[in-house]
Amino acid sequence: MARITSGVSTSHVPAIGAAIDLGKTESDYWAPMFKGYEWSKQWIKNEKPDVIVLVYNDHASAFSLEMIPTFAIGCGENFEICDEGFGPRPVPVVMGHPELAAHMAQSLILDEFDMTVINEMKVDHGLTVPLSLMFGQPEAWPVKVVPIAVNVVQYPPPTGNRCFNLGKAIRRAVESFDEDLNVQVWGTGGMSHQLQGERAGLINPVFDNAFLDKMVNNPESLATIPHLEYLVEAGSEGIELVMWLIMRGAMGEKVNELHRFYHVPASNTAVGHLIVEPTN
Amino acid sequence: MVDNSAFDDIPGTTVFTATKSREGFQLNQFCMSLMKEENRNRFKKDERAYLDEWKITEAQKQAVLKRDYNEMIANGGNIYFLAKIFATDGKSFQEAASTMTGMSVEEYAQMMLNGGRSPDGVRSIKEGR
Repeated sequence: MARITSGVSTSHVPAIGAAIDLGKTESDYWAPMFKGYEWSKQWIKNEKPDVIVLVYNDHASAFSLEMIPTFAIGCGENFEICDEGFGPRPVPVVMGHPELAAHMAQSLILDEFDMTVINEMKVDHGLTVPLSLMFGQPEAWPVKVVPIAVNVVQYPPPTGNRCFNLGKAIRRAVESFDEDLNVQVWGTGGMSHQLQGERAGLINPVFDNAFLDKMVNNPESLATIPHLEYLVEAGSEGIELVMWLIMRGAMGEKVNELHRFYHVPASNTAVGHLIVEPTN
Repeated sequence: MVDNSAFDDIPGTTVFTATKSREGFQLNQFCMSLMKEENRNRFKKDERAYLDEWKITEAQKQAVLKRDYNEMIANGGNIYFLAKIFATDGKSFQEAASTMTGMSVEEYAQMMLNGGRSPDGVRSIKEGR
């Protein structure tokens, strides 16, 4: 049977992708941030996951305002890299796992999570920056990916509680898949940041660090944070943090914290990174 | 009836609701068109002519031509869509964000290096906190 072995959360700032692609990771500005991922890169080499269920948001790349799915699952064979306005990132095509994805789509919908099924889409920095942070610059990604796209662009995103429960349903879906697979669930985006208006540049390390603590010890309390509190305390784009709760929901009740990192700034954003494994 | 009045109490922030999305639909779809190199080149060659191909308001067109991102957002633009404009201009997210704050690019970059903008004082207009 497929097993969920661990969970990773990380910010997915586009400038991080640009720093990797342009060979700037050793610069004074970027070196301290990339240092926080050194342990993670070594760890994942040993873990050798087969599949990542990668929770992210599209940033007006695959989804325009024509259609705005709240939760979508990528069931394609592969996912091309989209051109976000300056040419596609020079990273490998992302390979899907259509059999697991189809199983998950059916399991999730019958479990009352009404997923939008995507057979073809391009993916943007929201999905590729986390892969680059964890795997560096390989010729081909060493894992298959089931993308779970969450709307956080048009208000309202799904509630934290809905995300947390979707995570639990993802666990049930993965664990009922017959093939023996080592599966990780990643939740990406955040932490505090605001990219628009006079309040742009907002960073809230108190909120962020409390969030990291509770991701480990008290996720139920995070699931009740109302959207307004994210907007006020973590900035208008900090609301992406609801996606971390999908990862946490998939871990089960208790987790061991394996790695944690927090860094300000990456461009306009506070970078947070957490690796946990389920204890049960 | 949904009540979004609480959003107006957050200073310097626009929440992209379904209503804003309707208002900015054509503007944001124009931004999406800039994901193709061919369209970026046509836009750069004659911005006004390219904008005139879209059913967007004169106020939206003027905001785009002036690269006034606050004005674009006030007229229904969403930052992730508007990002296609500053990507076309070869500008970073940080440069673009700084133009919305009344700070220079350098002042804004320094604020971020110093840990970013504190939420203290910019949580609520009414409560002054």
